[in-house]
Amino acid sequence: MPGTYIPSEYLPVAIIFLFAALIGLGALVAGLLVRPRRPYVQKLYPYESGNPPVGEPRYKFSVKFYIIAMLFVVFDVEAVFLYPWAVAYDKLGIFGFVEMMLFIFILLIGYIYVWKKGAFNWE
Amino acid sequence: MLKYTLIPLLPFLSFLINILFGRNFIKDRAHWIAVPAVVGSFLLAVSAFLDVAGGRDINVNIYSWIVSGSFNVSVGFLIDRLSAIMLIVVTSISTLIFIYSIGYMHGDGGYYRFFAYLSLFVFSMLILVMANNFLLMYFGWEAVGLCSYFLIGYWFHKKSAADAGKKAFIVNRFGDFGFGLGVILIFLTFGSMDYMQVFGEAGGIAGQTINLLGYDVNLITLICLLLFCGAVGKSAQVPLHVWLPDAMEGPTPVSALIHAATMVTAGVFMVARCNPLFNLSEVAMNTVAIVGGVTAIFAATIALVQTDIKRVIAYSTVSQLGYMFLALGVGAYSAAIFHLYTHAYFKALLFLGSGSVIHALHDEQNMQKMGGLKKYMPVTYWVFILATLSITGIPFFSGFFSKDEILWRAYLAGDLGKFLWFLGTLAALLTAFYSWRLIYLTFHGKFRGTHEQEEHLHESPPVITVPLMLLAVGAVAAGWVGIPPIFAEHGDKIGEFLAPVLGYPEGEGTHAQEYFVMGASIFVAVAGWIIAYTMYLKKTELPQKLGAAFQPVYKLLFNKYYIDELYSKTIVQPTLKASDKIILGFDTYIIEGIVNGIPNLIGAFSRKLRKIQTGLLSDYGLIMAIGALSIIGVWIFLR
Amino acid sequence: MEMETTISLLDIRPLVPELTMICVGLIVILLDLIVRKKEVVAIVGIAGTLVALYGTYKLYGFYEPQSAFSGMFVLDGYSNFFKLIFYLNIILTICISFKYMAIEKASFGEYYALLMFATTGMMIMASAADLIVLYLGLELMALSTYILAGITRKRQRSNEAALKYFFLGAFSSAFLLYGISLTYGLTGTTNLREIASALQTLDLNGSPIMYLGLIFMIVAFGFKIALAPFHMWAPDVYEGAPTSITAFMSVGPKAAGFAVLGRVLFGAFAGMQVQWASILIPMAVLTMAVGSIIALAQTNIKRMLAYSSIAHAGYMLLGVITGTTGGLMSTVNYLAIYLFMNIGAFAIVIMLRREGFQGENIEDYMGLSKSHPLASALMLIFMFSLAGIPPTAGFIGKFYVFMEVIKAGYVYLAIIAVAFSAISAFFYLRVVMYIYMKDPKEEVVLTRSPSMSIALAVTAMMVLILGIFPSFLLNLVRYSILG
Repeated sequence: MPGTYIPSEYLPVAIIFLFAALIGLGALVAGLLVRPRRPYVQKLYPYESGNPPVGEPRYKFSVKFYIIAMLFVVFDVEAVFLYPWAVAYDKLGIFGFVEMMLFIFILLIGYIYVWKKGAFNWE
Repeated sequence: MLKYTLIPLLPFLSFLINILFGRNFIKDRAHWIAVPAVVGSFLLAVSAFLDVAGGRDINVNIYSWIVSGSFNVSVGFLIDRLSAIMLIVVTSISTLIFIYSIGYMHGDGGYYRFFAYLSLFVFSMLILVMANNFLLMYFGWEAVGLCSYFLIGYWFHKKSAADAGKKAFIVNRFGDFGFGLGVILIFLTFGSMDYMQVFGEAGGIAGQTINLLGYDVNLITLICLLLFCGAVGKSAQVPLHVWLPDAMEGPTPVSALIHAATMVTAGVFMVARCNPLFNLSEVAMNTVAIVGGVTAIFAATIALVQTDIKRVIAYSTVSQLGYMFLALGVGAYSAAIFHLYTHAYFKALLFLGSGSVIHALHDEQNMQKMGGLKKYMPVTYWVFILATLSITGIPFFSGFFSKDEILWRAYLAGDLGKFLWFLGTLAALLTAFYSWRLIYLTFHGKFRGTHEQEEHLHESPPVITVPLMLLAVGAVAAGWVGIPPIFAEHGDKIGEFLAPVLGYPEGEGTHAQEYFVMGASIFVAVAGWIIAYTMYLKKTELPQKLGAAFQPVYKLLFNKYYIDELYSKTIVQPTLKASDKIILGFDTYIIEGIVNGIPNLIGAFSRKLRKIQTGLLSDYGLIMAIGALSIIGVWIFLR
Repeated sequence: MEMETTISLLDIRPLVPELTMICVGLIVILLDLIVRKKEVVAIVGIAGTLVALYGTYKLYGFYEPQSAFSGMFVLDGYSNFFKLIFYLNIILTICISFKYMAIEKASFGEYYALLMFATTGMMIMASAADLIVLYLGLELMALSTYILAGITRKRQRSNEAALKYFFLGAFSSAFLLYGISLTYGLTGTTNLREIASALQTLDLNGSPIMYLGLIFMIVAFGFKIALAPFHMWAPDVYEGAPTSITAFMSVGPKAAGFAVLGRVLFGAFAGMQVQWASILIPMAVLTMAVGSIIALAQTNIKRMLAYSSIAHAGYMLLGVITGTTGGLMSTVNYLAIYLFMNIGAFAIVIMLRREGFQGENIEDYMGLSKSHPLASALMLIFMFSLAGIPPTAGFIGKFYVFMEVIKAGYVYLAIIAVAFSAISAFFYLRVVMYIYMKDPKEEVVLTRSPSMSIALAVTAMMVLILGIFPSFLLNLVRYSILG
């Protein structure tokens, strides 16, 4: 019946979600109930591979990390787009080629831009 | 098309240029823009007149501002024989007065402002005359009023001028309110404001009545009377005539152009334009005729004893406008327009002439302090004489023909007409008297001013006298287009010319009757002249004696029948007192409550509401989500 | 559904104006690296826009309908008229922002490039005949405007504005995607025309899920247009963003929002007019109320204009609600008028900004007429127009919207709108009162520049000309929409 469409095929998926949530929660709750609780100072420290912790855990990262990360994402996505294009190259033909060159060209301009702006200089 | 549009547009451009660049760039060169503009208008008006005279009426819509269903606000021009004559009158007189103003206003601080307002006035007046629908006419009607207000109060630092401006504005409000109601009623009745449509359908609703406060009122009569309210205000008819004499505080060119030749005749023009409506209502017609007749005699009696030269002419204007309404009321529309046309020239001439005198005497307006100016100002004197011969109706001067036509038509119009004819003839006697009195007091006898003034007495420069001489030609000859048929075979050209628009008045009289009417009016004109001559040249002690003998009458007239005082006592002061009380009592609670309360209430509400705007991102997101959810929720509940 | 799509290079042709904008935007970015003088960059931007404008005008003729990419992208009078608005918007914005951005110490070349990208996004929105293309354009516009709002990075308020705009914008994009996916799920297509026919053939007009999808889309468009209750971002963002960007944002994205709203509602969901009208009517009333009432309490003129712009969105929405072509035309007409009066008003606000002086308080306008009569007269014109007082264009805009609303039978809406319009006159006229009737507190120095004068002259002239000769614009709108 149009209009009151209910996707019943998806019911198993929903059941899986439900079970996954229940198992996860169950494990945590079980641990909480079973484990003994005897806290002392050393035990409450954040775990840093056995060394005593130094300084605040909330630490400001330099904004440069973010810039590098963002640039990475951009060019990473570019590479991701290149794969399917390469696979379907024969079907897309000359149109696909021109289209892809334009895409790369635009990113190239972006590359020149960030380079000239000094985004790659760490200092 | 463009040609006709340019007629009002040129003065408007002159206004724009002068008002925008006047203060900083144009300054005392304003006339270089204003005069060519108005001359251009005049030439185009002549050309339009020739088109119309060639038998081609022009009715064009220039553009529609708002079109929505039957409500159509459009700018459109109707140039037929009636508006063509008006165009000629308005533009030709404007041209002469603009030129005159170059000399008269020379050296005034607001020179550019003066020409800007004057140009705006000409624009508005032309719109009023050329409109092809009531709304546009109403626009022009209000705009000329506004310009008149600006120009009366032109010397706004002078308190009397500012007050006179306000008075003119407020008194006109009364009339314009009625006029506005009339226009609205026309729209409600006919569903249109276009002249052609309204006049075309007017016959169909004759005799229809509407219920007003329990009385059945004839619709057409109501419309006509409302429209006539506007005319009474604008054309200074009794009882709303009080603003016009005070309006003389404005510069003299303004008095000549606005308060004699053009704006004040707008009421006459409007009634003539609406003749298809007025013809359907006898009540309205009789009202017009009686108001006109009463005004004619009433104003003339006041003019007898005034001493201010401009006020005498102002009352004379009111009186002459009364004649025109008298003519309209007896159905002699073309006679009214004819008189409007001749009056424009001789009255503008009288005003400009008095301006020339005032100028020479350094702003002295009291005739008691003039006298003997004949030898100093010969040109002014002679043009004054010509204008006076014309206004008093001495044969073969233009005023004679138009006034005679009015009196003759009144005489033919039944019993009421006979009575009005009598009033008119009596007014003519008074007119002759006060006009010659003005001449004798001003130009004859000995100079009664100060020595200093006497030394500086001189004739005005050509820029003033040339327009005077040109107007004098008009004052003498303008009436020759209306020589009655009994003098010339193809006479009364103007009546025939206007007949397609205004119709031809009914009533036939014998030649004997016509000669009788004419003879009577010539007789009173000469009689008035002789009386004035005796009183002010021969037996100069007579006015004093008469004034003393008839002290109460004299005082009554001198104080203008105490009308101003009456209004002051009955309307102005009670209003002021009442408003004082209201200000003390109610105002703080009720008026302020309403005027400030509502905004305050909304303001308080507003200040509360703006608290929702916390500035917190999460709150904003929450409100968005709640909004979306409530839309869904409302839908679920309503389903 | 198996779909054989044949896409050829020729399909690019209708996109020439958009491509021009993008290319010039890229050139601007590169140019900025080489050229030191920012004037050059700005002029290149304007020149590029003019080329695109010429393209729109000349490519197929202004009113000629065209489509490309299997009907995903259309070119018709409707989209072209909106593009005209966008072009004028960006050109006027560049004109008013030049000197201002220098004072804000933020004259970056990127500024102009981002303006061009945002405009391209709007153009794509106006031409979108497919929900995916629509979304693409919307995001291009939105992302660019997020950055523009925060371009004066040294100012905290600007940063705050950008961040708020971004988060809430992302939120609204999610709504849009939900709406699109629900629609796609039911109709099996994202093409607007196919949706319309699917609604008929599958009899989906009464479907609750369809209704939900429609609501979600309207929420997203309402966010862009700043309709209450999705307007919360507007005052903060308008106040925080640089003033020139506020001017840009108050016209461009709003117009683009109306373009897609009209296209989607009239193109795809015409059969559900009763439903969407019942959603939009309360929104419109609320929008007018919030806009005109809260504006009264504002002391900051940018914030006041922000609320004013919300109120105007409410009036414009009325034309859409009617569901008639006449109503849509009145909305489009209003938008074009609004472009001039709003940018004009913001231009005056910008003129008051100078080194070390914000000039954003309404009190800063006290006695402006004494020292700057011309600027005061212009502000008077713009305020009168925004308040809808004849003979300014604002009156014409409102008049035709209200008339169409009455014609469509929603008399009560027209009455409500007139009432709010009367309330809004209070705060516009308060500015005029401050300018003309108060004594100046301190001397106001105006920042002038030739480009600013041009922008002011154009906007003021248009406000007056369109007020006195409205038929020109009305006819243009009529031909654009009716073809």
